[in-house]
Amino acid sequence: MTATQTATQTIDIEGVSPPPLAASPFVGRAMPRVEDAALLTGVARYADDLPVKPGTLHAAILRSPHAHADLLDINFAAALAVPGVAAVVTGADAKRLAGAFLVGIRAPMEHWCLAIDRVRHVGEPVAVVLADSRYVAEDALDRIEVRYRPLPPVTSISQALEEGSEPLHPAVGSNLVNSRSFRYGAPEAAFARAARSVSVEVEYPRNSCTPMECFVVLADYDAAEDAYEVLSNFSGPFAVHPVMARALNVPGSRLRLKTPPHSGGSFGNKQAVFPYVVLMGLCARVAGRPVKWVEDRLEHLMAATSATARRMRIDAAVEPDGRVLALRMEQTEDCGAYLRAPEPASLYRNHGNLTGAYDIPNLTVTNRIVVTNKTPTGLNRGFGGGQLYYGLERLMNRVAAELGLDPLDVIRRNLVAAEAMPYRTASGGTLDSGDYRATLEQAVREGALDALKARRDALRAEGRLYGIGYAAVVEPSISNMGYITTVLTAEERRKAGPKNGAQATASVAVDPTGGVSVTVASAPQGQGHRTVLAQVVADVFGLRFEDIRVNTDLDTGKDAWSIASGNYSSRFAGAVAGAAQVAATRLRGRIAALVAGQLNCRAEDVRFAGGKVFSDANPDNGLSFSRVAAAGHWSPGTLPDGQEAALRETAFWTPEPLKAPTDADHINSSACYGFIFDFCGVEIDRTTGALRIDRYVTMHDAGRLLNPLLVEGQILGGFAHAVGTALYEEYAYGDDGRFLSGTFADYLVPTACEVPVPIILHRESPSPVTPLGAKGVGEGNCMSTPVCLANAVADALSADGVDEVPSLPITPAKLAALIHPPEPPRPASAAGSEETPPPAAVKGGRGLTGEGSREVPATPEQVWAILLDPKELAALLPGCEALDLAGPNAYRAEVVVGIGPVKGRYTAQVALSDLDPPKALTLTGSGTSALGSGSGTGHVTLERTATGTRVTYRYSASVGGKVAAVGGRMLDSASRLLIGQFFEKLVARAGGAEGLADSSSLLTRLLRLLGFNR
Amino acid sequence: MKPAPFDYLRPATVAEALAALADGGDDARVIAGGQSLMPMLNMRLVQPRLLIDLGRLEELRTLRAADGWLTVGAAVTQAEVLARPTLVEEVPLLAAALPWVGHFQTRNRGTLCGSVAHADPSAETPLCLVATGGEVVLRNAKRRRTVAAADFFLGPLTTVKAADEIVECVRFPLARRGSGHAFREQSMRHGDFAIAACAATVNGDHASLAVGGVAERPTMRSWPLVDGRLPPDLDGALNAFAWDLGGDDDQHATARYRRDLVRRIGRTVLEEALSCRR
Amino acid sequence: MPPLKSTSVLTAEARHAVSIVLNGTPRTGHAHPRLLLSDFLRHELGAHGTRVGCEHGVCGACTVRIDGVAVRACLTLAVQADGRRIDTVEGLSQGNEGRMTALQEAFRRHHALQCGFCTAGILMSLTDYLDRNPKPTEEELRDMLSGHLCRCTGYAGIVRAVMDVTGRTVREVAHV
Repeated sequence: MTATQTATQTIDIEGVSPPPLAASPFVGRAMPRVEDAALLTGVARYADDLPVKPGTLHAAILRSPHAHADLLDINFAAALAVPGVAAVVTGADAKRLAGAFLVGIRAPMEHWCLAIDRVRHVGEPVAVVLADSRYVAEDALDRIEVRYRPLPPVTSISQALEEGSEPLHPAVGSNLVNSRSFRYGAPEAAFARAARSVSVEVEYPRNSCTPMECFVVLADYDAAEDAYEVLSNFSGPFAVHPVMARALNVPGSRLRLKTPPHSGGSFGNKQAVFPYVVLMGLCARVAGRPVKWVEDRLEHLMAATSATARRMRIDAAVEPDGRVLALRMEQTEDCGAYLRAPEPASLYRNHGNLTGAYDIPNLTVTNRIVVTNKTPTGLNRGFGGGQLYYGLERLMNRVAAELGLDPLDVIRRNLVAAEAMPYRTASGGTLDSGDYRATLEQAVREGALDALKARRDALRAEGRLYGIGYAAVVEPSISNMGYITTVLTAEERRKAGPKNGAQATASVAVDPTGGVSVTVASAPQGQGHRTVLAQVVADVFGLRFEDIRVNTDLDTGKDAWSIASGNYSSRFAGAVAGAAQVAATRLRGRIAALVAGQLNCRAEDVRFAGGKVFSDANPDNGLSFSRVAAAGHWSPGTLPDGQEAALRETAFWTPEPLKAPTDADHINSSACYGFIFDFCGVEIDRTTGALRIDRYVTMHDAGRLLNPLLVEGQILGGFAHAVGTALYEEYAYGDDGRFLSGTFADYLVPTACEVPVPIILHRESPSPVTPLGAKGVGEGNCMSTPVCLANAVADALSADGVDEVPSLPITPAKLAALIHPPEPPRPASAAGSEETPPPAAVKGGRGLTGEGSREVPATPEQVWAILLDPKELAALLPGCEALDLAGPNAYRAEVVVGIGPVKGRYTAQVALSDLDPPKALTLTGSGTSALGSGSGTGHVTLERTATGTRVTYRYSASVGGKVAAVGGRMLDSASRLLIGQFFEKLVARAGGAEGLADSSSLLTRLLRLLGFNR
Repeated sequence: MKPAPFDYLRPATVAEALAALADGGDDARVIAGGQSLMPMLNMRLVQPRLLIDLGRLEELRTLRAADGWLTVGAAVTQAEVLARPTLVEEVPLLAAALPWVGHFQTRNRGTLCGSVAHADPSAETPLCLVATGGEVVLRNAKRRRTVAAADFFLGPLTTVKAADEIVECVRFPLARRGSGHAFREQSMRHGDFAIAACAATVNGDHASLAVGGVAERPTMRSWPLVDGRLPPDLDGALNAFAWDLGGDDDQHATARYRRDLVRRIGRTVLEEALSCRR
Repeated sequence: MPPLKSTSVLTAEARHAVSIVLNGTPRTGHAHPRLLLSDFLRHELGAHGTRVGCEHGVCGACTVRIDGVAVRACLTLAVQADGRRIDTVEGLSQGNEGRMTALQEAFRRHHALQCGFCTAGILMSLTDYLDRNPKPTEEELRDMLSGHLCRCTGYAGIVRAVMDVTGRTVREVAHV
């Protein structure tokens, strides 16, 4: 796919176009960013660029190679002996000095910053080495020996729901850890009277937005005051601060958390650094020295966080014209190994807008939460919206398909009407503003849908696979901090006390020179908060843009903040910028009151413009702003009697419509809701299955736009993430729980060649809820675009009579499987001259499996003797350096195995079992090394023949940990090669190598023997 | 993600490098561009005791076309070969395939010989070497030997190169008059390792297809032309070839998809190679 | 690359002097043989403008120019850089009398960066690339940019910025 398009809208960028009139406000203008100069010249400081305290130790984390295992024993004596290592911290330290994290549901599940007695996902922290440098710390990691007893992994939603699945948290007893049902309106009656019902079942995969900067934590512990000071690129919500403080066993006032001046992206993901804030706090306490940890990319991909996977079934009660009367939703959410705060928020974030942009008054919902042996989930751009709308908008598409209607007409007929605004949804949300139908028609017109349809018809006439897709969604922003309690019953909520609100804070201050500074608790990660706040506050005071200095570093020990602080749920434009305007306006009001006497006017007649303060009636007789503002510092004695100096104002702003869930489970889960309507055209290559986005139109109503340049940036960025979600990105796991996406060559982030430029259209319906009328805009395309593309794929495939859409990500291989005819069979001649069919390497439930068979010129008894002789066995095992008897037919082996230069030293347990001399036995082996874990089972049968013995073997093998995460592409062939070596040697020892055709090496011979590579 | 400790040697001559390599044995590794080795060092998948840097050895900077071969020394980068104005006449297949190797930034440092020594089954350079009937020149402290590309690669990351040998240079036969060449690959993203890469050559009375990314190593099959055309049952021949290559499932593609690509892209490149004979 | 003097074996345990010309200024630091150039620049020499995003050569954040050629600093050892000229993002404005270059200004105008973490690497690639190919087509440019991952911008602003400074226009929608 190549990008062939560009945005057609033009934005007048300040400094490029003629300068605007001095009097025109900055809000609404495309101001280039104040952040950029530092970022472009390299002087910006991210967390890893900040100075560290003398004596700081560097941390490296030992992580579980197993998806699920009992943690039996950790021996770190050798690690401690490495020069430069100061301490090794384990779960025992966590038990001693820290506590488990709070969990959002009532279930006996414990999550600690280090594994205690069990590991539940690949990459779970098991121990931390603290050393003089990261390099040395990693050296020591390789010397820690951990004994695990593997447990059956739970690797899918369906498996988690099975009765017999191994419970991750035995005290809970089930991997289904929470289930709640909701009923709104009269859904049964609606289904009874509806003309028909239409259903979809979809699954949404695991993925995440993978910011370019990984997690960073600098932690220090003050033993004298039992207080922690931590700097981290944490993004909020600061509702997690109490969770961290509690896990460190201190009140919030003794966990001083700071954020750096710059952060390299988050998209929600950096919320998930919080367990490491606790972990590094613990480490600093244990070591008695400051600690620094910088997450590396393998750690991030393997174990940082993920969007939830969701299975969804929706039934719709529909009328013949496509109007939907009721929905019946079943959502099952995979939250990974632990329910980490704020989960299960992904499942409830959209509870107030479950019916999307549609007027559907009747609804039942069943929400289930399961745990699996995968990385815990958390915030991710689009948070829960991509999942919800993937089901809902596929459903609307199916309604059209099954009723033979135009999908666009089905959308049109169901959209909430403008007259109904503000519209209360079935589940309690309040859609605050917008004219959805007019917005859709504007997009159809300005986005040239008719021309796109003509293009589709023309290309289809040429036999090409081309389709058009649509999606209409509402984009929630400014989360109600109480929505998460919807997971509790009304009774449980009464006990816990009502939760609601989403306070934003901002402080505006004037300094002794009359300069204005703004401080907010918004923890930006590149969105340009400083720029927008300068625009907002400059307008309030009538100052120049550059007169406003904005500080977005946060220090919970000094700054105004609350649980809702932070950078998530698209709350900046609506809530934070609004709070800054409120604070600035209040400060301006106080200054006006102070100066009114001097200007001989009433306070309400004081005007601020052009750097002057003057009376509305006498604009020429103005005072300079700086002089007026600075007076409070220099001459407080001159202030009118009883008046305080107007030096600083802090505003706490709470969106009025956000209430706690009602007893009937109604919840307005967000303060405002934007509207998005997308359509696109895609083409699928008949030869390769590759999908090309031909044209993408995205129409947004995000309320008032504060800075169109930054709004466009948010849309383009969200769209790029969505393209990744739809077509490329997935955290892939093997059936045995091994993690397969540990590098950026395996986890496929779209590049400049994969992301086309969408056509972006706008409509502005100011929100009545927020001070500036703005709504969130950054997440919408992560909600609308994956399903819009999927609907286009459905349309393209339907022309070929294919009535299904592959699961996300929609890869060329999946599309090819649908459009290519059945694979032609293997021709008889291709079996070659070998007497036996080559072993079929097939993926089974437990990793790689294979089988083979070979005739050797030795008796079964002779072959048996080889297998039972420890000396012979040692010679057969690849890379075996020592083999010691550990019990009857059980051995402890030191093996160095690998492929090419990639080698790991394993201490392996090897055993022979199911002995049936001289006919059959089972050989098992398992081991762990710094490269990861490996295990294998081989069943060998010996069958007497006329000339000797037929050796037949079946094997299964599983490789986990690092080597699987970074080498997944070659894992099967490498494993097969190693297993092949064993049997090759066995055959050779039994005399089978004689008479083989000449070959250039042992390995080629081996490969030929095993039936590969002919 | 930091390398384990190793000693580092930047030798002045190839002889010095080879002597050190002979001493170091299995615990020594050579580095030139490092674009394959360095990620493995950073991930500690490879932990040599001694790293011998060939990157600055003038002796290994040979890049010349002579005696029917384009010889590329161990220190010559992919970018330098790609920038060679005459490459498209000399080894047109390589000219077509090199832009698919990694990215601009990795080609600036990565070497052809390094890619060949690394032996990733999906890599383009080994595929081109096999497809053109090229050679690998191996050298240790005592001798030099030449191995045909078809015999050099054994499996993933596995070649016939001994621990004390370096890939001194690789040699691509210069394209003969009347030959045709075509290259295509399918990958998930631009610059990714190929799901399947197909290199076709038509030389004299034979058409050949070499495939990377499907079997454990780049693999070639040839068919005689019939009246100057591709064999009449090319579909059957490609199907047999695809099945023999086998392929594995991974998280991005299935074995079946890989075989499908061999059948479909294989035909396309063979037809292209036949039609572009010069 | 010029031939340089050979070394005797640099032992793993010791830190060895590494001298480079960083953005035109000779600088010497010390490095164990295994120290990555990215870590050497950032933590030994304090040139933290070069960012580290993956340490396996895919994301491109750490791209610097070695003797003018754009390469991954995470796939280069500090000892390999000994004697070389290294240019990093900090040097761009230094070479322009302290002002941002036309390319940097264009990045700002076209909102070609958000979090900025990938930006230094992209600028270093571009300065090498545009030296060799001063007027790339959009397709050529995107091909080169595919050696960098950006998670914020969708690459649109980056393409626009480069096309602006090279005097070319971005392709308009072709089809409809």
